[in-house]
Amino acid sequence: MIETKLGEFEEVILLLTGILSEEAYAFKIVDEFESQTKRSVSIGAVHSTLTRLESKGFLKSEMGKATAERGGRRKRIYTLTAYGKKALATSRDFRQSLWEQYPGFATSKLSLGLS
Amino acid sequence: MIPRKPVPPLLAQRLLSKFLRDDLIEEVRGDLEEKFYSDLNSKSVLKTKINYWYQAINYFRPFALRNSISTNTNNYDMFQNYFKIGWRNIIRTKGYSSINIGGLAIGLTVTMLIGLWIYDELSFDRYHQNYNHLAQVMQNQTLNGATETEYSIPRPLEFVMRTTYANDFKYLSMASWTHDHILSVGEKAITKSGNFFQSDFPEMISLRMIRGSRQGLKDPTSILLSVSTAAALFGSTDPMNQSIRIANRLDVKVTGVYEDLPYTTTFRNLDFIASWELYITSELWLKSAVDQWGNNSFQLFAMVSPNTDMKSVSEKIKKVKYDNAKKEQAFNPEIFLHGMTDWHLRSRWKGGINIGGRIQMVWLFGVIGTFVLLLACINFMNLSTARSEKRAKEVGIRMTIGSVRTQLINQFLSESFLVVVLAFAIAVGLVVLVLPWFNHLADKRIAIEWVNPNSWIMSIVFILFTSLLAGSYPALYLSSFQPIKVLKGTFKAGRFASLPRKVLVVVQFAVSLTLIIGTIIVYQQIQFSKNRPVGYNREGLVMIQMRSPEFYGKFGLLRTELKNSGTVEEMSESSGPVTGVWSNNGGFSWQGKDPNFQEEFATIWITHEYGKTFNWKIVAGRDVSREFSTDSSAIILNETAVKYSGIKDPIGKEIIFDDTKYHIVGVVKDMIMESPYSRVKQTIYILNYENVNWINLKLNPNKSASESLTVVESIFKKHIPSAPFSYKFVDQEYAKKFDSEERVGKLASVFAVLAILISCLGLFGLASFVAEQRTKEIGIRKVLGASVTTLWKMLSKDFVILVLLACVVSIPVAYYVLSGWLRGYEYRTEISWWIFALSGVGAVFITLFTVSFQAIRAALMSPVNSLKSE
Repeated sequence: MIETKLGEFEEVILLLTGILSEEAYAFKIVDEFESQTKRSVSIGAVHSTLTRLESKGFLKSEMGKATAERGGRRKRIYTLTAYGKKALATSRDFRQSLWEQYPGFATSKLSLGLS
Repeated sequence: MIPRKPVPPLLAQRLLSKFLRDDLIEEVRGDLEEKFYSDLNSKSVLKTKINYWYQAINYFRPFALRNSISTNTNNYDMFQNYFKIGWRNIIRTKGYSSINIGGLAIGLTVTMLIGLWIYDELSFDRYHQNYNHLAQVMQNQTLNGATETEYSIPRPLEFVMRTTYANDFKYLSMASWTHDHILSVGEKAITKSGNFFQSDFPEMISLRMIRGSRQGLKDPTSILLSVSTAAALFGSTDPMNQSIRIANRLDVKVTGVYEDLPYTTTFRNLDFIASWELYITSELWLKSAVDQWGNNSFQLFAMVSPNTDMKSVSEKIKKVKYDNAKKEQAFNPEIFLHGMTDWHLRSRWKGGINIGGRIQMVWLFGVIGTFVLLLACINFMNLSTARSEKRAKEVGIRMTIGSVRTQLINQFLSESFLVVVLAFAIAVGLVVLVLPWFNHLADKRIAIEWVNPNSWIMSIVFILFTSLLAGSYPALYLSSFQPIKVLKGTFKAGRFASLPRKVLVVVQFAVSLTLIIGTIIVYQQIQFSKNRPVGYNREGLVMIQMRSPEFYGKFGLLRTELKNSGTVEEMSESSGPVTGVWSNNGGFSWQGKDPNFQEEFATIWITHEYGKTFNWKIVAGRDVSREFSTDSSAIILNETAVKYSGIKDPIGKEIIFDDTKYHIVGVVKDMIMESPYSRVKQTIYILNYENVNWINLKLNPNKSASESLTVVESIFKKHIPSAPFSYKFVDQEYAKKFDSEERVGKLASVFAVLAILISCLGLFGLASFVAEQRTKEIGIRKVLGASVTTLWKMLSKDFVILVLLACVVSIPVAYYVLSGWLRGYEYRTEISWWIFALSGVGAVFITLFTVSFQAIRAALMSPVNSLKSE
């Protein structure tokens, strides 16, 4: 059975893929990940995760264009599938509901968010 | 100067492409390179490079790794294909294939036969469980500076060995010599060879008892019989405890029956084993031998204790005779052990040192076998590479489709495997077919051990080895083609492509020629020795051994009756057969003899008509005669004895022997009694009617031998009824002296013929291939006016040159090896130049004959046919 629950790292990668859309290939995702989280990660680790997410059906990929700075090599562009989007939404909703079940924290946060 | 733009570390890139999955390589290397160049903007070159390494190594993750196991783990299909293609190739080119397989099969047959022969030789005497600890006690004695090695030892040696060296030996057994004896049960009498041993002997040689036990020899009046002897004497009745009489005077009782000793044992002639204690009571001189250190008339067999080794025991007992027998010290006797493992293979001695023996034959045949196999394999290599241009396209296509080199090597190796298996099957058939003939030729009783797993393992190893040997060169050569050249059609085996092939042909013919030269010289040596003057007339001579007391005292009676019957021209008696010297003696003295001279003469006791029977040639003086009463003390010397003793004008001179005075009445021409390859020994013939063991008959030449012998037999039966009538023809006995040399000659000639046959097969195949390859050239030459003779010369020349080269190689080798072989003979032929010339001319002739068939066929072909193809 394929694991459908998303891990934290996986969730971030999925989101970044969505954000980068046309430019979502391994190097760019790593670049974006590092600049947004200030955490360093190897391309191999991300590539591995991307492959896993693809095999789970959250992502699909195809070979994109080649550019000069890559030595004329093509890149693999990843795009979110509908299933992937749904998984992200489920994940967010789940957290949301948890937030809402914790009254004090939730209101203050909510009020902050609203202000 | 513009700084060079930094590039990602090459080594890391190479590493990546080594372990990364093929479908990931492009994107990953792209990503890493993009990362590298973007990093360069913010970091140092070194850091960037290190980071590249870091990134590369971080790809060492399961998802990204190349699958190390081949995607197609099932190579069965491929091998099936190899065999299929191989089989089709065999079928399509029937001519080459049959030359190939046939040649290889002949080679394998020869190698297998030689292998069986060598195995048989090496396993000699292994039938006895204790073969590692068994030995014969032997001695070296020095006479006039020449050291002689003898199997015979004096009787008192046994007692010293048993007492002083008791700890070194587990068992000891004295023995007489294995001879024919008459065994009789009631009226029935047969002649069987046997010997007398002490009671531990059956245990020593681990005799396999069928009835009774190995202890059966404890009682002096007992006898052990082999199964076949027991069957011959008693048929189906129980032999145990039956009474037998040996030589009509010794009564014994059967206490055991043992399995016949196999042909591959030294004791194979032991049809019966009787007791040593009985033997020493049978004759007076045996009793007096008990303290005679100078009477070397016996054998001593020993089994060393398990905790010692033969060498150290041998060293220990070296001086035993020297120390115990003062009188013998002049001969510097050295006692030593000759281990059973060496009995068969190392039985030649020179100057007291073992110089080998049959082991040299084992080596010789081993080398021949290896070479014959090599020749056959060379054929295979030659034909395969010669036909390489035909297979080149196939190799090209296979490579283009994706074969890697190892696969092609596998392909050609499996093809050679296929051919070798086929050849092996044929060879096994041939071996089964020729084995009886081979056994006869080699005096062997080899059988193929079908059920022995070892022989199967050996066969498989042999097949694999041969296919590797034969297939390796073609496989490496064929798989080294470049597909582009081959498929474009620009592939041409270069000028030197045929060089290894030529070298192989030269090697092949050099080996064959060496074998042929060797065979001729062996035969020449045999012929040379056969033509040597024997010194007497061998025609119609018959010898009868006097094996029972009944023979004695009937000389006059027998002689008169035999002569009156008209079947026998002359009869005489002598102490030994004319084809051997049975006794050598010292203790002679004569006037003018150097007191330090340690003389030794072959001594033959004869009756009056000995010379007349054999028709010997008196060169000085006269034969012994009944006319002279003084001839009772007459002796006759041979020419060598006159030279040896240095007596001038020997006729009438006195010689003292055993305190008796003898006078020389005549000198006789040397008679060859021992080996025809050695010089004739100094011999003294003494007139004596007591000391005789053999009856010699000269048959009437005007009557057929078989008719005469029936008459002779009836006369013998009348006077000596209890002894079976058995006789030997002198010429046959003499011919036996050439047996072992003739055997070598025959085997060598068979191998030489096969070697040359294999070489010619190869040459034939090669010639036909060359002719085929040059069809167009020949056509054009013919159109331009070349004659058949010119073409024939052109095609044959190359091969003749190769064969001449082989002559140059083989002649010195053959000369060296064979002059060494001949040096082992005292009486030997010269190696003359014409043998080499003849072999060389013969080889060229055979080559021309082989090649010409193809050459002339090619030359006769109509140019229209050869040029219109394509």
